[in-house]
Amino acid sequence: MKPAAFDYHAPRTLEEAVGLMAALDNAKVLAGGQSLVPMMNFRYVIVDHLVDLAQVQGLRGVRLADGALWIGAMTSQRELEFSAEVALQCPLLQEALTHIGHRQTRNRGTIGGSLVHADPAAELPAVCAAHDAEIEIVGKRGQRVVPFQEFATGFMATIVEPDEIVTAIRLPLWPAGHAHGFQEFARRRGDFALAGVAVLLDVAPDARVRRVAIALCGVASSPVRLRDAESLLTANRLDAAAIKAAAALARDVQPLSDIHAGADYRRHLAEVMTRRALTDAARRAGISVAMERA
Amino acid sequence: MSHHAIALNVNGKSYERTVEARITLADFLRDALGLTGTHLGCEHGVCGACTVLVDGHTARACLLFAVQVNGREVTTVEGLAADGMLNPLQQAFQDNHGLQCGFCTPGMLMTLTEFLRDHRDPSEADVREALTGNLCRCTGYAGIVAAALDAARRLREEG
Repeated sequence: MKPAAFDYHAPRTLEEAVGLMAALDNAKVLAGGQSLVPMMNFRYVIVDHLVDLAQVQGLRGVRLADGALWIGAMTSQRELEFSAEVALQCPLLQEALTHIGHRQTRNRGTIGGSLVHADPAAELPAVCAAHDAEIEIVGKRGQRVVPFQEFATGFMATIVEPDEIVTAIRLPLWPAGHAHGFQEFARRRGDFALAGVAVLLDVAPDARVRRVAIALCGVASSPVRLRDAESLLTANRLDAAAIKAAAALARDVQPLSDIHAGADYRRHLAEVMTRRALTDAARRAGISVAMERA
Repeated sequence: MSHHAIALNVNGKSYERTVEARITLADFLRDALGLTGTHLGCEHGVCGACTVLVDGHTARACLLFAVQVNGREVTTVEGLAADGMLNPLQQAFQDNHGLQCGFCTPGMLMTLTEFLRDHRDPSEADVREALTGNLCRCTGYAGIVAAALDAARRLREEG
């Protein structure tokens, strides 16, 4: 349970970091290390070089820019959890953060690291999917900005090339006062979710849905948007029957079976968690919805 | 493998050492500094036994390389007692049967040190939530939760 030997690099600037990633063979970026280091300890991952981004200027912080919340990739989950800007602008992100790991891991884990690790059950990718996030990526060929839909390419896989670095995440803002819901089912508090659901909701005063986004984690190799359910709800009045009908469409996901849960059970959880997350969002939007237990 | 000169403060004392890049903070504390109070259980960030404070915040010492804490302040379980006297949290563990074999105890104490600093009047549910990142295989947690609540009360009385 000790990592194989490697060389450690601690660049101070992004240019230096990009240069190292371009020049070094079998190098990996070290962000918060809360997923990478366990894999190194198990020797699932054996690198020749680790490039630690902790001292690189300009990769931390949260600010409003061009109608989006800009989040530096090296911003810790702890900083985001206690950020007044996040609570105000992206309450879905704040609620999802409380489900990630434990105090000790959130103190070190970063948003960029979580996205690049791309665990299928992770909460932050689901939030990015719901928000239609854009990911800033830098490499020796320059910068590119990739929509999250293209960023996640499969099981623990992203579009990021081995010599590239994720520098920031942009979450396009929803209207002030929009509602949200986040629900997940995990076997123990802090575990990865068997199924989790992130919901963003904007409703008109007459309870008609202007816009809704529903993203699931834990039920496929990467986050899934429930486009059919979103279409079903949009422009219609939101009530218990509409939520039930939309959540039933979550059963169309194609989950993996593993030691923790079978595909049928995950489909069931996907429906129940979707119903609960939509119900939370509806209540926050001021719509009273009677919750059926099932 | 690269080697790095690091300088850090552990429990109020300054140390300068040269470390191999792959040495974790936990192994560094135990093997280089002889501070064996920090225990290694799972070595992949699940059990919480190796929890220490880095600049006042809890961290898994098995998921940090010693070279990453260059210039930082680290507090381990050895830093809790003063003048040979258990601190209020440690005393509450002893009084409430908060430990049996003691293997998880250093991590429990460091986690609760941060938690009780940030939460002066926690509920039992708050304490149980705070302890989700620390595994104990002996006590069933009842004594640990009781100790944490008792420690919170003692710390409030101390002011």
